Amino acid sequence: MDTVRENKKTISSSMLMVKRGLAVGFPIMLGYIPIAITYGVLAKQAGLSLTELTLMSVLVFAGASQFMGANMIALGAGAVEIIIATFVLNFRHFVMSLSFMNRLRTVDLKWKLPLSLGLTDETFAVSSLHTEEAKEEKGFLFYGALTITAYLSWVIGSFLGGVLGEVIPETLSQSMGIALYAMFIGLLVPSVKKELRVGFIAIIAMLINVICLQFMSSGWAIVAGTVLGGLSGVYLLKEEHT
Amino acid sequence: MILLIIIGMSVVTMLPRVFPAFIVDKLQFKDWVNRWLNAIPYAALGALIFPGVLSVNADKPHIGLIGGLVAVVLAYVGLNVIFVVIGAILSVFILTTL
Repeated sequence: MDTVRENKKTISSSMLMVKRGLAVGFPIMLGYIPIAITYGVLAKQAGLSLTELTLMSVLVFAGASQFMGANMIALGAGAVEIIIATFVLNFRHFVMSLSFMNRLRTVDLKWKLPLSLGLTDETFAVSSLHTEEAKEEKGFLFYGALTITAYLSWVIGSFLGGVLGEVIPETLSQSMGIALYAMFIGLLVPSVKKELRVGFIAIIAMLINVICLQFMSSGWAIVAGTVLGGLSGVYLLKEEHT
Repeated sequence: MILLIIIGMSVVTMLPRVFPAFIVDKLQFKDWVNRWLNAIPYAALGALIFPGVLSVNADKPHIGLIGGLVAVVLAYVGLNVIFVVIGAILSVFILTTL
């Protein structure tokens, strides 16, 4: 009897984690689908087949680099050139993954692996502003659910874009371009309200990004802004114990 | 050829993502490194938001800026992220159609 009750308890706590993960994953879905559709349309015009453009979303799962990749394929760039540019653009995920995995120390490697594979700017931002779940027993299900929501939205959206082509009016798709920025802002502002110091970290990172953009590619500038801006946290987060 | 490019892109994207999952278990970080890593999300958000938000409409940077400010206000009054996103989309839509 007791084991049955125990089982029920773990199932319901697992369900709760999944549900919470889906709930926080929803804004990512809202941001991803229009962008994924735009990517699908653009990749199709760039000469990729429906299979190829969807496969790219399945295997790469990194928006900005896929836009860039499709563009460079259309321009007839070489494979090595495209792959190096992708590496540069996506290298920021290394820093983000290091930060996220450091939070997930208690989680099994078999869960850390898929979570790290599904790391994007957006899943990282949402995951790392929900640090409580990392300490809970079934916490990985929370991060798993939000990551899968993001992943499926991206893959399905890309496919739809490839099938539908140019159906979304340009003003609407352009307006959707603000979605992910708004989500980042919607995540950052409540943290700043709680703890003004993290706002300083963000502003320092912005300034470093702006300065670096004058003499390097946007990929490296974001890496520099994140790494150097984050260093200010060594002083600014001194009294924090999280 | 395109398939080769896709696989190459996939590998160079996966490696930096996965590598930390293997190394964190083997490393003990000093206190200041932990503080640095804990600050990364906020620094990343800052670097991702600005100046990228100005490029929402490449010809009219003020549209992205206003959309961003609308998001700041909506988030500040405590609305859920979903409504922050919807509000920002609406404001950019209104600004571009005006």
